Amino acid sequence: MTVEQAVFLFTSFLILFSGFMMVTRQNLVHAALYLVVALFGVAVIFVLLEAGFLAVVQVLVYIGAIAILMIFAVMLTRGNATEEQESMNAGFGWAMLLSALFAFALIVMLGQWADIGAMAPALDAGRSTIEELGSALVSPDGYVIPFEVASVLLLAALIGALVVARPQKGGK
Amino acid sequence: MIPLSWYLYLAAGLFGLGLYGVLARKNAIAILMGVELMLNAVNINIVAFWRYLTPQNMSGQAFAVMVFAVAAAEVAVGLALVISIYRRRKTVDADEINLMKW
Repeated sequence: MTVEQAVFLFTSFLILFSGFMMVTRQNLVHAALYLVVALFGVAVIFVLLEAGFLAVVQVLVYIGAIAILMIFAVMLTRGNATEEQESMNAGFGWAMLLSALFAFALIVMLGQWADIGAMAPALDAGRSTIEELGSALVSPDGYVIPFEVASVLLLAALIGALVVARPQKGGK
Repeated sequence: MIPLSWYLYLAAGLFGLGLYGVLARKNAIAILMGVELMLNAVNINIVAFWRYLTPQNMSGQAFAVMVFAVAAAEVAVGLALVISIYRRRKTVDADEINLMKW
């Protein structure tokens, strides 16, 4: 077993373990912290896939912004949430069955695909994928329109979030 | 060397966990966390396919960047909705937020 494989196995175990803990913990702050661990594991997976830029963005956006936002929201809405409260739906058995079936079906179907054992082709030495990604995102024959639409989407989300979360005038 | 299948199996497992979180949890914030797990599973898939099948063009990473942007927007709006609902109803329990239930 190579070092890469060992790192991958350890990281994926960590991701799946903390994902499992995240969906089963009663205490939402603990769940959010397990979410941070899982997101960090995904950043490590991106490094293994030689997508360094995405790993950095994963840490910045997911851990630095989204997870912290989650923790803030958990703390802001804690008012009457007691720890003893049942945190699962009545139908969580069905949910467990359905999601297990779904993952199992995915794995079975992937196993039948011919290219499943593909190995990564070597990237050309001296090639800078970050530079290529940067120019692909802004070049007209690349992804400049999705890129601009994404910025409009983010602006809309920003304004929408402000409007939705603002206290009502003469609020109750 | 890691075969492509390992990444795909990891992503399938992570997606299943996220799906379970979305379906089983009562708290709306916990549901959003489950959605985040599912989006991450998808991102692992996208980047793994980029690295293993089409490393010569950057479409895979560009798509992953778009997923990041959409996830950030989704969380911002989702949490704003949750906080707004909490302010009016004093609950974030998805079972009790049934105003639009027919």
